[in-house]
Amino acid sequence: MKPRSAWPSLCAVLAAMLLVMFGLPLVTGLFGLVQATVFIAMAVLALSQGFIWGFGGIMSFGQSAFFGLGGYTYAVAVMNMGDSTAPFFLAILLPAAFAALLGYFMFYGRISDAYVGVITLTVTVILFNVVNSTAGDVYHIGNAPLGGFNGMPSVPPLNMPGDPSTPLEPQQIYYVCMALLILVYALLRLILASKFGRVVVAIRENETRAMLLGYDPRLYKLLVFAIGGGIAGLAGCLFTNWGGFISPTVFGLSQSAQIIIFVLVGGLGTLIGPILGAVAIEYLISVIGSQQTLNADLILGVVLVAFVLLVPQGVVPVLRNGVQRLLALRRPAALRAPKVAQP
Amino acid sequence: MALAALIGFNVLNSIAALVLLSIGLGVIFGMMKIINLAHGEFLMLGAYATVVTTNAGINLFVAMLVVAPVFVGAVGLVVERGIIRFLYGRMIDTMLATWGLSLFLVGIITTIFGTTVKGVAAPFGGFSIGPYQTSAYSLFMIAMALAVLAGIWAMLRLSRFGLIVRATMQNPDMAAALGVSPPRIYMATFVLGAALTGLAGGVLVPVSGVAPTMGAAYIARAFITVIGGGAAVITGSGLASALFGIIDQVVTFRTTPVFGQVALLISALVMIRILPQGITGRFFRRSL
Amino acid sequence: MTWDRRQILKSGVAAAATALATPFIGRAEAAEPIKVGSLLDLSGPIGTSGQPMFDAIQLAVDEVNAAGGLLGRPIQLVNYNTQSTIQLYSQYAQQLALKDRVAVVHGGITSASREAIRPVFDRYRILYFYNVLYEGGVCDRDIFCTGTTPAQTVNKLVPYALKTWGKKVYILAADYNYGQITAKWMTKYTRDGGGTVQSVDFFPLDVTSFTATISKIQEAKPDVLLSALVGSNHTAFYRQWAAAGMKGKIPIASTTFGLVNELATINPSESDGIVTSYGYYQELKTPKSVAFVDAIHKKFGADVPYISELAAATYEGFYLWTAGVKKANNIDRMAVIKALETGLSFEGPSGKVTLDHATHHVIRNAYLAKAENTTWDVIASYPDQPPSDTAAVCNLITAPNTDKQFVIDIKA
Repeated sequence: MKPRSAWPSLCAVLAAMLLVMFGLPLVTGLFGLVQATVFIAMAVLALSQGFIWGFGGIMSFGQSAFFGLGGYTYAVAVMNMGDSTAPFFLAILLPAAFAALLGYFMFYGRISDAYVGVITLTVTVILFNVVNSTAGDVYHIGNAPLGGFNGMPSVPPLNMPGDPSTPLEPQQIYYVCMALLILVYALLRLILASKFGRVVVAIRENETRAMLLGYDPRLYKLLVFAIGGGIAGLAGCLFTNWGGFISPTVFGLSQSAQIIIFVLVGGLGTLIGPILGAVAIEYLISVIGSQQTLNADLILGVVLVAFVLLVPQGVVPVLRNGVQRLLALRRPAALRAPKVAQP
Repeated sequence: MALAALIGFNVLNSIAALVLLSIGLGVIFGMMKIINLAHGEFLMLGAYATVVTTNAGINLFVAMLVVAPVFVGAVGLVVERGIIRFLYGRMIDTMLATWGLSLFLVGIITTIFGTTVKGVAAPFGGFSIGPYQTSAYSLFMIAMALAVLAGIWAMLRLSRFGLIVRATMQNPDMAAALGVSPPRIYMATFVLGAALTGLAGGVLVPVSGVAPTMGAAYIARAFITVIGGGAAVITGSGLASALFGIIDQVVTFRTTPVFGQVALLISALVMIRILPQGITGRFFRRSL
Repeated sequence: MTWDRRQILKSGVAAAATALATPFIGRAEAAEPIKVGSLLDLSGPIGTSGQPMFDAIQLAVDEVNAAGGLLGRPIQLVNYNTQSTIQLYSQYAQQLALKDRVAVVHGGITSASREAIRPVFDRYRILYFYNVLYEGGVCDRDIFCTGTTPAQTVNKLVPYALKTWGKKVYILAADYNYGQITAKWMTKYTRDGGGTVQSVDFFPLDVTSFTATISKIQEAKPDVLLSALVGSNHTAFYRQWAAAGMKGKIPIASTTFGLVNELATINPSESDGIVTSYGYYQELKTPKSVAFVDAIHKKFGADVPYISELAAATYEGFYLWTAGVKKANNIDRMAVIKALETGLSFEGPSGKVTLDHATHHVIRNAYLAKAENTTWDVIASYPDQPPSDTAAVCNLITAPNTDKQFVIDIKA
């Protein structure tokens, strides 16, 4: 049987995203776009986790570390340099470099999968404690005081490349974020379709077999982890631009857990799943806070548990199966696979 | 001299606290390889059970040693039958479900009791080591930690139930072939782990601030201790508690609590790097 | 507040009654409502602080509406629960500014939350009131801060401690901005009063074990302990202190004790004798204070948590805003700011609260109290304390475009 080509579905998803990108401003006002911007930033973050976990098999509990690093790098760099072009790239490269370092520490030490989670969790907790203690004037990098628990307010937004006097308006930031989301998604799909991507998936399936075939799993996992770190850093930069603010809570345990929830709800092993999961959960949390009747934690807890018990694979795989089954029903009966008689 | 004795006593107290905090988690993780993210909330439930019953007039020790474990054990039973049972073997799904459970428990306790609740004072008062005052309640905590460790050891070693538990831990299929029902054992172990955690929550009440969100402060430490300890429940948790307890107390005493926490975390990192299977993955491998 | 269900029933009955009574209220009901935004943590760790503030602002809104509304229009409170999450503060701030288009926002609890939303309200030109005691230094024409700052309270607490108990001081503080800056102020006032600081220890917010610290304190043998510990995890210190038999051996003065309902949650044997200083105590016996406390109890039940300065300042902050609106006869932001800058004042539960043009903070009373058998015994009053710490770095009269929080450089 011929394997299904990936191109139709990729084009369909890209087309849908472009539709949202240009259609949303027509149906909603400024608030809707600003709200969408933070959802998009979280979607990019979820993509990083979905990529390294769903396809790389790396159970990282600390993507929030790179998310926070990206946000802080952007904030510190733009406050020192004025023009936002270099800070934007720094916000991707620095977390990626840190991820590469941490990846070297973990994968070249042959840490088992469960402990990768623990180590990444510990790293993010350490980062939280350290950044939290940086209150006071003495803790500053150039012109940028780190602010400790209070965070860094009034972070200058992105400007037109090379021209610091023209900061982007919120609507323009929305377009930038959406474009970047589409770019990252397309990039990841391309990576997965390439030889590199296939080796990565092979390593996830069976590391020993891949090794026996001549591939070094440590190097591949390191690269995957670094790419994931860079994407999370980008998400951090977008997040800081949305809120004009960054504080140590981005390194928190809650943030890490939330990213994992995005991916699980959306569907592990897909790329569109984490995007949808992030948007859905963020929207749910916003709605919960708008009512005062029931405790917010109560509602979210019930929703999560119900989800795990009833829809454990996540939304996208369920939808996909549903669609496939619908399509299969449409084929003539003769072409459907005959039932094998059971003894 | 007296100062050294005082610090030594503090170290024992810190180790005892870590043991109590992590033994319940260790039993569940060691047996079923389940990461229970609602562990902190089980602690909180044990604390609330103790506080509410003591304020209603029941003796503090009965509340702490009987009511708390029984209540949280019952909650554990409901959770296991209602949620965990469907998720065996699916580690990530269990993590998500127990995270949801932890949110739910915080929410329901806040809804019923509000955000603060009247606590209970420590019963014994102080005693002196040389010119220094310290808490007699710490002696009680150390005694409780030892009792719990001894009790688990006795159960695992000397009772038939313990034998079955150990067998199921080592080789569930073989145990099943011999007539044991592993799902029943998992249920019993989860309930036991929950009860132990409830007990810990109760014991901590007189020296903590009790609030619905109190669980969050303990969970990272408990996890690091259990993972650092490795597969063996008693020896692993015991040794890891000892190691981290010493590091935390000594660094805190010499510098500040900030460095104490960071030191604990970094030492956990280094240890996991050196001993990926935990302490008992390399040493004391065949212990309980 | 215990059962949410009871609260739902009460609100439901109240809403139904109001709906039935609406035809009789008068011209207020026919006009378009003025929207007032509220951004508070009602769940999560900071929820303990947010709930009383929410109660206070609801009370104030109901009182104003019952008296005919503001400028003849009813006030509609738009509240979002930020669930102790900074991201939600930014999100809901944008929602209040862009979607709900409120006339003013009262909200923010921790300084982190305030700093997250202050730039949002600056950019979208929404008036903002921050009603919580904090470390001082915010200098921004678009915001008014009604809570006490260290110059108003710590400056009374430390001299009292030095005078009453002795000159050797040991400081314990939470390890974040508020704790670190308060510790600096404590150090300064100690040295100004001729005392010495033996040690300043900082504790991350999730520390629950203080045995090493208690040993360190005994080794140092101070005359008094100054505490800026924050949150329910740090409450464990007071319990462990009493458990070690240290209660009464070294006196404690605190800038934060009592704010999360500690007197109700820990025993008198653990809390008696602790001295604090705030802008308001529920035990004040002035007519306004008694009326305020009674109104809260009547509306929300007698078992609400302790009504602290947070609730009183929220109430007073809201009324100060209404005073500004009335004087300007307009809800337009700039008009209200200018009206408030003329030095408007309000007689609230804590006494007279006056807005200071140069700092956009308030001149208010400060009180000193000692814990006694689960209540506060107010032992001293200091009328009309100016916000001199912020005044030393901030002058909005000469530099109205300033827009930042200064970290006050404390030369001890």
